[in-house]
Amino acid sequence: MSPRAASRLEGLGFGEVYDYAAGKADWGSFGLPIEGERHSGTRVGAHARTEVPACGPHDRMTDVRERVRAAGWDTCFVTDEHGVVLGRLGRAALTREDDVSVEEAMTLGPSTVRPSLELDKAVERMRNQNLTSLPVTRSDGVLVGVIRREDAERAPIQ
Amino acid sequence: MPTPIERDEVQRLQGQRAQLVEVLPEPEYADEHLPGAINIPLKTLDEQSAQRLERGRPVIVYCYDYQ
Repeated sequence: MSPRAASRLEGLGFGEVYDYAAGKADWGSFGLPIEGERHSGTRVGAHARTEVPACGPHDRMTDVRERVRAAGWDTCFVTDEHGVVLGRLGRAALTREDDVSVEEAMTLGPSTVRPSLELDKAVERMRNQNLTSLPVTRSDGVLVGVIRREDAERAPIQ
Repeated sequence: MPTPIERDEVQRLQGQRAQLVEVLPEPEYADEHLPGAINIPLKTLDEQSAQRLERGRPVIVYCYDYQ
Protein backbone atom coordinates (compact mmCIF):
# COMPACT_ATOMS: atom_id res chain seq x y z
CA MET A 1 0.00 0.00 0.00
CA SER A 2 2.73 2.51 0.89
CA PRO A 3 4.53 2.23 -2.51
CA ARG A 4 1.28 3.27 -4.22
CA ALA A 5 0.84 6.18 -1.82
CA ALA A 6 4.43 7.30 -2.36
CA SER A 7 3.98 7.13 -6.12
CA ARG A 8 0.76 9.11 -5.93
CA LEU A 9 2.43 11.84 -3.88
CA GLU A 10 5.17 12.13 -6.46
CA GLY A 11 2.48 12.39 -9.10
CA LEU A 12 1.02 15.26 -7.12
CA GLY A 13 4.33 17.08 -7.36
CA PHE A 14 6.05 16.25 -4.08
CA GLY A 15 9.78 16.15 -4.68
CA GLU A 16 11.24 14.23 -1.75
CA VAL A 17 9.12 11.17 -1.02
CA TYR A 18 10.29 8.11 0.92
CA ASP A 19 8.60 4.75 1.33
CA TYR A 20 9.06 2.97 4.67
CA ALA A 21 7.55 -0.27 3.42
CA ALA A 22 8.40 -2.32 6.52
CA GLY A 23 5.99 0.01 8.33
CA LYS A 24 4.73 0.10 11.86
CA ALA A 25 5.09 -3.68 12.34
CA ASP A 26 8.85 -3.28 11.94
CA TRP A 27 8.93 -0.10 14.05
CA GLY A 28 7.12 -1.67 16.99
CA SER A 29 9.00 -4.95 16.86
CA PHE A 30 12.20 -2.98 17.30
CA GLY A 31 10.87 -1.55 20.54
CA LEU A 32 10.40 1.99 19.24
CA PRO A 33 7.57 4.15 20.61
CA ILE A 34 4.04 3.81 19.30
CA GLU A 35 1.20 6.30 19.78
CA GLY A 36 -2.56 5.73 19.62
CA GLU A 37 -5.14 3.77 21.59
CA ARG A 38 -2.78 0.78 21.75
CA HIS A 39 0.26 2.91 22.57
CA SER A 40 3.60 1.65 23.85
CA GLY A 41 2.38 1.58 27.46
CA THR A 42 0.03 -1.30 26.60
CA ARG A 43 2.88 -3.38 25.18
CA VAL A 44 5.40 -5.77 26.64
CA GLY A 45 8.33 -3.42 26.05
CA ALA A 46 7.07 -0.89 28.59
CA HIS A 47 6.82 -3.51 31.35
CA ALA A 48 9.89 -5.62 30.70
CA ARG A 49 12.71 -5.67 33.20
CA THR A 50 15.79 -4.62 31.34
CA GLU A 51 18.46 -5.26 33.99
CA VAL A 52 18.54 -9.01 33.51
CA PRO A 53 21.56 -11.28 33.92
CA ALA A 54 23.34 -12.16 30.69
CA CYS A 55 26.47 -14.13 29.94
CA GLY A 56 28.46 -15.42 26.99
CA PRO A 57 28.53 -19.02 25.72
CA HIS A 58 32.16 -19.49 26.74
CA ASP A 59 31.75 -18.28 30.32
CA ARG A 60 32.10 -20.88 33.07
CA MET A 61 29.01 -21.98 34.96
CA THR A 62 30.73 -21.57 38.32
CA ASP A 63 31.15 -17.84 37.74
CA VAL A 64 27.75 -17.31 36.13
CA ARG A 65 25.89 -19.26 38.83
CA GLU A 66 27.40 -17.12 41.57
CA ARG A 67 26.66 -13.87 39.78
CA VAL A 68 23.06 -14.78 38.97
CA ARG A 69 22.30 -15.95 42.50
CA ALA A 70 23.84 -12.80 43.97
CA ALA A 71 21.58 -10.70 41.74
CA GLY A 72 18.52 -12.60 43.00
CA TRP A 73 17.57 -14.12 39.65
CA ASP A 74 16.76 -17.69 38.70
CA THR A 75 17.51 -17.33 35.01
CA CYS A 76 20.25 -15.96 32.80
CA PHE A 77 20.30 -15.24 29.08
CA VAL A 78 23.17 -16.31 26.89
CA THR A 79 24.02 -13.73 24.24
CA ASP A 80 26.66 -13.23 21.58
CA GLU A 81 28.89 -10.14 21.38
CA HIS A 82 26.05 -8.18 19.74
CA GLY A 83 23.50 -9.01 22.41
CA VAL A 84 21.66 -11.57 20.26
CA VAL A 85 20.05 -14.28 22.37
CA LEU A 86 21.61 -17.70 21.82
CA GLY A 87 20.15 -19.58 24.75
CA ARG A 88 18.94 -19.49 28.30
CA LEU A 89 20.06 -20.89 31.62
CA GLY A 90 17.03 -21.87 33.67
CA ARG A 91 16.67 -23.10 37.24
CA ALA A 92 17.88 -26.61 36.43
CA ALA A 93 21.06 -25.38 34.75
CA LEU A 94 21.75 -22.89 37.52
CA THR A 95 21.49 -25.53 40.24
CA ARG A 96 24.08 -27.78 38.60
CA GLU A 97 27.18 -27.99 40.72
CA ASP A 98 29.64 -29.07 38.02
CA ASP A 99 31.83 -26.52 36.28
CA VAL A 100 31.06 -26.74 32.58
CA SER A 101 30.87 -23.98 30.01
CA VAL A 102 27.63 -22.06 29.60
CA GLU A 103 27.36 -23.45 26.09
CA GLU A 104 27.15 -26.97 27.48
CA ALA A 105 24.52 -26.11 30.06
CA MET A 106 22.21 -23.74 28.19
CA THR A 107 18.89 -24.44 26.53
CA LEU A 108 19.12 -23.44 22.90
CA GLY A 109 16.76 -21.08 21.11
CA PRO A 110 14.37 -20.04 23.88
CA SER A 111 10.94 -18.82 22.88
CA THR A 112 10.86 -15.00 22.81
CA VAL A 113 8.36 -12.17 22.38
CA ARG A 114 8.68 -8.76 20.77
CA PRO A 115 8.46 -5.48 22.71
CA SER A 116 5.39 -4.58 20.62
CA LEU A 117 3.35 -7.59 21.77
CA GLU A 118 0.28 -6.49 23.69
CA LEU A 119 0.63 -7.17 27.39
CA ASP A 120 -2.62 -9.12 27.74
CA LYS A 121 -1.52 -11.47 24.96
CA ALA A 122 1.78 -12.08 26.75
CA VAL A 123 -0.10 -12.87 29.97
CA GLU A 124 -2.36 -15.28 28.12
CA ARG A 125 0.63 -17.03 26.57
CA MET A 126 2.44 -17.38 29.89
CA ARG A 127 -0.70 -18.74 31.57
CA ASN A 128 -1.38 -21.22 28.78
CA GLN A 129 2.20 -22.45 28.75
CA ASN A 130 2.62 -22.26 32.52
CA LEU A 131 5.58 -19.89 32.25
CA THR A 132 6.69 -17.36 34.83
CA SER A 133 8.56 -15.17 32.36
CA LEU A 134 9.44 -14.67 28.71
CA PRO A 135 12.54 -13.10 27.18
CA VAL A 136 11.88 -9.99 25.11
CA THR A 137 13.94 -9.48 21.97
CA ARG A 138 13.92 -6.96 19.15
CA SER A 139 13.32 -8.08 15.56
CA ASP A 140 17.10 -8.44 15.11
CA GLY A 141 17.29 -10.88 18.02
CA VAL A 142 18.94 -8.49 20.48
CA LEU A 143 17.88 -8.97 24.09
CA VAL A 144 15.69 -6.18 25.48
CA GLY A 145 14.87 -7.77 28.82
CA VAL A 146 12.38 -10.14 30.36
CA ILE A 147 8.65 -9.84 30.97
CA ARG A 148 7.66 -11.52 34.20
CA ARG A 149 4.16 -12.88 34.56
CA GLU A 150 3.67 -11.32 38.00
CA ASP A 151 4.67 -7.90 36.62
CA ALA A 152 2.44 -8.27 33.58
CA GLU A 153 -0.59 -9.37 35.59
CA ARG A 154 -0.27 -6.42 37.97
CA ALA A 155 0.59 -3.80 35.37
CA PRO A 156 -1.78 -0.85 35.22
CA ILE A 157 -2.87 -0.44 31.61
CA GLN A 158 -4.06 3.06 30.80
CA MET B 1 10.62 7.32 -8.16
CA PRO B 2 10.03 7.17 -4.39
CA THR B 3 13.02 6.07 -2.33
CA PRO B 4 12.58 2.88 -0.27
CA ILE B 5 14.00 3.35 3.22
CA GLU B 6 14.55 1.34 6.38
CA ARG B 7 13.95 2.15 10.02
CA ASP B 8 17.27 3.88 10.70
CA GLU B 9 16.73 6.21 7.74
CA VAL B 10 13.27 7.10 9.06
CA GLN B 11 14.85 8.10 12.36
CA ARG B 12 17.50 10.16 10.57
CA LEU B 13 14.91 11.95 8.44
CA GLN B 14 12.77 12.69 11.49
CA GLY B 15 15.65 14.90 12.59
CA GLN B 16 15.31 16.77 9.30
CA ARG B 17 11.65 17.68 9.84
CA ALA B 18 10.34 14.90 7.63
CA GLN B 19 6.57 14.48 7.60
CA LEU B 20 5.33 11.00 8.50
CA VAL B 21 2.15 9.86 6.80
CA GLU B 22 0.27 6.68 7.64
CA VAL B 23 -1.85 5.67 4.66
CA LEU B 24 -3.95 3.00 6.37
CA PRO B 25 -7.66 3.61 7.15
CA GLU B 26 -8.43 5.86 10.11
CA PRO B 27 -9.37 3.12 12.65
CA GLU B 28 -6.00 1.47 12.16
CA TYR B 29 -4.25 4.79 12.57
CA ALA B 30 -6.22 5.52 15.75
CA ASP B 31 -5.23 2.13 17.07
CA GLU B 32 -1.49 2.63 16.66
CA HIS B 33 0.81 4.89 14.68
CA LEU B 34 4.36 6.20 14.65
CA PRO B 35 4.99 9.25 16.85
CA GLY B 36 4.03 12.47 15.10
CA ALA B 37 2.49 10.76 12.07
CA ILE B 38 -0.60 12.15 10.40
CA ASN B 39 -3.21 10.01 8.69
CA ILE B 40 -4.09 10.30 5.02
CA PRO B 41 -5.67 6.99 3.96
CA LEU B 42 -4.61 5.86 0.51
CA LYS B 43 -8.21 5.94 -0.71
CA THR B 44 -8.47 9.63 0.14
CA LEU B 45 -5.02 10.67 -1.04
CA ASP B 46 -5.58 13.36 -3.64
CA GLU B 47 -4.66 16.98 -4.37
CA GLN B 48 -6.95 18.24 -1.62
CA SER B 49 -5.94 15.89 1.22
CA ALA B 50 -2.28 16.32 0.29
CA GLN B 51 -2.60 20.02 1.16
CA ARG B 52 -2.02 18.96 4.77
CA LEU B 53 1.60 18.36 3.76
CA GLU B 54 4.30 20.98 3.27
CA ARG B 55 5.88 20.59 -0.14
CA GLY B 56 9.31 21.84 0.94
CA ARG B 57 9.78 19.08 3.52
CA PRO B 58 10.55 15.37 3.03
CA VAL B 59 7.56 13.04 3.20
CA ILE B 60 7.73 9.47 4.52
CA VAL B 61 4.77 7.20 3.87
CA TYR B 62 4.17 3.89 5.59
CA CYS B 63 1.46 1.33 6.29
CA TYR B 64 1.55 -1.83 8.42
CA ASP B 65 4.19 -3.89 6.62
CA TYR B 66 5.20 -5.02 3.15
CA GLN B 67 1.75 -6.30 2.22
